[in-house]
Amino acid sequence: MLEVKQIDVYYGAIHALKGVSLEVVEGEIVTLIGANGAGKSTTLRTISGLLKPQKGTITFEGQTIAAKPAQQIVKLGISQVPEGRRIFANMSVMENLELGAYIRNDNKGIGEDLDMVFKRFPRLAERRTQIAGTLSGGEQQMLAMGRALMSRPRILLLDEPSMGLAPLLVKEIFSIIKEINAAGTTILLVEQNAHMALSIAHKAYVLETGRITLSGTAKELAASESVRKAYLGG
Amino acid sequence: MDFASFLQQLGQQLINGISLGSIYALIALGYTMIYGIIRLINFAHGDIYMLGAYFGYFATAILKMSFIPSLIIAMVLAAITGMVIERAAYRPLRSAPRIAVLITAIGVSLFLEYGSMLLVTPQPRTFPAVFPAEIYNVGGLVLNSQQIVILAVSLILMLVLNYVVHYTKSGKAMRAVSYDTDAAKLMGIDVDKVISFTFAVGSALAAAAGVLVGIYYNSIDPLMGIMPGLKAFVAAVLGGIGIIPGAMLGGVLMGVIEALVSGFFSSTFRDAAAFGILILILLFRPSGLLGKNVREKV
Repeated sequence: MLEVKQIDVYYGAIHALKGVSLEVVEGEIVTLIGANGAGKSTTLRTISGLLKPQKGTITFEGQTIAAKPAQQIVKLGISQVPEGRRIFANMSVMENLELGAYIRNDNKGIGEDLDMVFKRFPRLAERRTQIAGTLSGGEQQMLAMGRALMSRPRILLLDEPSMGLAPLLVKEIFSIIKEINAAGTTILLVEQNAHMALSIAHKAYVLETGRITLSGTAKELAASESVRKAYLGG
Repeated sequence: MDFASFLQQLGQQLINGISLGSIYALIALGYTMIYGIIRLINFAHGDIYMLGAYFGYFATAILKMSFIPSLIIAMVLAAITGMVIERAAYRPLRSAPRIAVLITAIGVSLFLEYGSMLLVTPQPRTFPAVFPAEIYNVGGLVLNSQQIVILAVSLILMLVLNYVVHYTKSGKAMRAVSYDTDAAKLMGIDVDKVISFTFAVGSALAAAAGVLVGIYYNSIDPLMGIMPGLKAFVAAVLGGIGIIPGAMLGGVLMGVIEALVSGFFSSTFRDAAAFGILILILLFRPSGLLGKNVREKV
């Protein structure tokens, strides 16, 4: 479904990604794990069109997307929950969700998806008129996910959904990710919390200083000696 | 001066100040919206106001149109001018350092000022009287028909703007881009289009101010935008640059302060008062009256 091939990405003079390749098959949860600064967010930002690769190709359902502007990539069905949630803190929960559906004009479908999001995140329904910046960290993460779902994506890119959340909330968020996947949305998940990520993913890639160093099924990686040492604390 | 006449004078200056202030507010709105969306002090904004006055002049004096159609034509033409300027001068510099864009804005400003001189001559022109100048006497206070029109038009435009910004899709997209451009892109918002739209709206409001001033002072010239442009900029900073209600408040306050200074001291001090405010605000409350102290995004 989504194929990233040999991409090189630079931040000014910094060579952030060096020949990164990965593939996401429809219906799966694929995770990209790695330490801080390995290039995980850069990979997602490049897929979403916020950064342009110097070399390499990105194809989504057979179409090359690396040269397309970000808004067209969203229209093709790739939606991202960015690192740090990046909700519109000065707007209401409802307005955030409406912006999530910005590319759509089918009011009926938007209404249905709004109900779907409120069902999945009942706390957002209670707080629909509240200003998003006043939500708790977990609620903001839910809002960011709900907002991304409002574009009715085929694939959802999640960047560090566990960041800054209490362990109980992390569990809740991960079980919601599994539900979203079970409902038919393909998922590419970037995580520092390798343990949690590997527990729900089908496939996994390990990124180290801009290169993919390991890949395989989540089970294989969870069992691998080097992953255990580096990312699972023994 | 006894107390009764002091009160009467105060009331009179408040009326004058609020009418002048709503004009500043209309210009300040454009400054603040454009700053909010691309962090640029658009120094050419005062000149858009001047162009608006000329568009209104041609519609009324040459095409003999009445007030409302001329106002609309001036706003539409200024909106187009604003979009063209953004497209031609600022968009190619989107990723350039801010100082480069700022210098370009000054260049655009000079281009509009002296380009207009070439086209319409530096001679001031008399704005036709579009409606009869009537003077009303309300409890000892003098109110003329132009002031009423200025207040009514500004109020309507601000209400419309408020509606657009808060309740329409374009307005929401505008607030999203202003708050977090990358997050807005991830929503599928075409940021370039939103920036164009912002320039169009800001320029249309400035043009409305230009037409209103033409009616109020009867005289327009190619350099008329410099002083009101600077003062509206001060008004935007006073209210908190980037904040829409701040521009409205700052504009009205500026007008009132100027009127009070000219009324109670001397009109020669009124420009000094305006820029004195800028100095005080920058010293004591750089984020403006309605601004919060937010750290710069990294």
